[in-house]
Amino acid sequence: MSATLDTSPATEGERSVARPQPGLWSTVAAVMRKELLVELRTLESVPGMSLFAVTTFVVFHFALNRGSVEGDLAAGILWVTLLFAAILGVNRLFVADADQGGFDCFLLAPVDRTALLIAKAATLLVYLVALELVAVPAFSILLLGPPIGPALGGTVAALALGDLGVAAIGTLVAAMAVRTRARDLLGPLLTLPLFVPIVIGGARCTAPLLELSHRGAPSGRWLTTLGVYDLVFGLIAYALFDFLLED
Amino acid sequence: MVRRYGEREALSGVGLSLPAGRTLVVFGPNGAGKTTLLRVLATLLRPHSGRVSVLGSELPDAAWEVRGRVGLLAHEPLLYRELSAVQNLRYHARLHGLDEERVQEMLEAVALHGRSDEPIRTLSRGMVQRVAVARAVLHDPELLLLDEPYANLDPAAVELVSPLIGPRSGRTRVVCSHDPGGGLSEADLVLGLRGGRPELLAEAREVSSERIAELYR
Repeated sequence: MSATLDTSPATEGERSVARPQPGLWSTVAAVMRKELLVELRTLESVPGMSLFAVTTFVVFHFALNRGSVEGDLAAGILWVTLLFAAILGVNRLFVADADQGGFDCFLLAPVDRTALLIAKAATLLVYLVALELVAVPAFSILLLGPPIGPALGGTVAALALGDLGVAAIGTLVAAMAVRTRARDLLGPLLTLPLFVPIVIGGARCTAPLLELSHRGAPSGRWLTTLGVYDLVFGLIAYALFDFLLED
Repeated sequence: MVRRYGEREALSGVGLSLPAGRTLVVFGPNGAGKTTLLRVLATLLRPHSGRVSVLGSELPDAAWEVRGRVGLLAHEPLLYRELSAVQNLRYHARLHGLDEERVQEMLEAVALHGRSDEPIRTLSRGMVQRVAVARAVLHDPELLLLDEPYANLDPAAVELVSPLIGPRSGRTRVVCSHDPGGGLSEADLVLGLRGGRPELLAEAREVSSERIAELYR
């Protein structure tokens, strides 16, 4: 069927004066500022993520029936706990936008849609850093045998690379899941398998640092693996994100 | 123009042209396709076939040319409930490259200066609708898409927002309405939809309230 619908433009004299469109980074800043304001008002993500991590460490403390852990076990517990806590933040990332019309408003604005991806990933990154500021000291007090001090530099480097991957994957999956009816289930189901390489890489990097003997620096091979994984998923998210926003 | 949801045609066979500065009022029972029409014109839904031109740009290919020139006042206010009116408007202003002066101007226009720092969730429905009106016209759009714009507003509030979204606003408007009398009084062109198909398309002066009421039977 060929049918038409046409709303004519105003004449040149009547047309609104063209405004310069907001740039990519000013849009990113606007969205991030809004995200952080909403989080400060609701405290829905970061406190929940932090509380989950601390509670999990307490559960491990009693379940393992050990006063302290070290090496591979310590690294595994730390990374698995952080990634499960991150899923709570990932699941909430687009909820306000989907439920309160934020997507529509963003899509109506004359802005680069990539700004939403960057702003959401950066917001998730801020949440993860806030989570780790609570979780790593709590882990050190509740479970870790060796002192965290000598391992801190290497652990922070590994966590930073892990966070970048979580932010890229989390933003992509959250944008996919949020428009479905089963978003609470679909988010974790899609996210967890994609987080597995981050757990493996992160734990392998961190394990030598968390041994009683503090053997050396984090493995360069695993740091590189994490970096490459981040890059791959960063590019995939960049390539796909526009299509996820489309009707 | 045809738009489907799955196999179901939500809107089809609509053919019209709306000159600049004029008002099209769309009537029809629930599920008639009114909201779908608005969302297609707003570039939020892609038409599946047919030709749609908004402000001289063909959709969906040139949708980016239309964004920023259209104001949408939907059923939902499109506001973040936890943020205040002023925070919501500032966010939209930043997305449209507008300054703080415009935000304050709009808060004054909808008489919300006194409560502009309170979260949206604490405001009455009428107040939320006034903030939504301010949000819809903040960027001075050429085309206004209004879905029952006066819902939840008392007569004083209707008077307040009329210069912004009413016939005197000077903008091209597409208005969805369930009020035959009120809708006809501000229409230049009338479209009646039922089951996603046009049942009535005429100049407003040729249409009676009774003819509109028939659409709902």
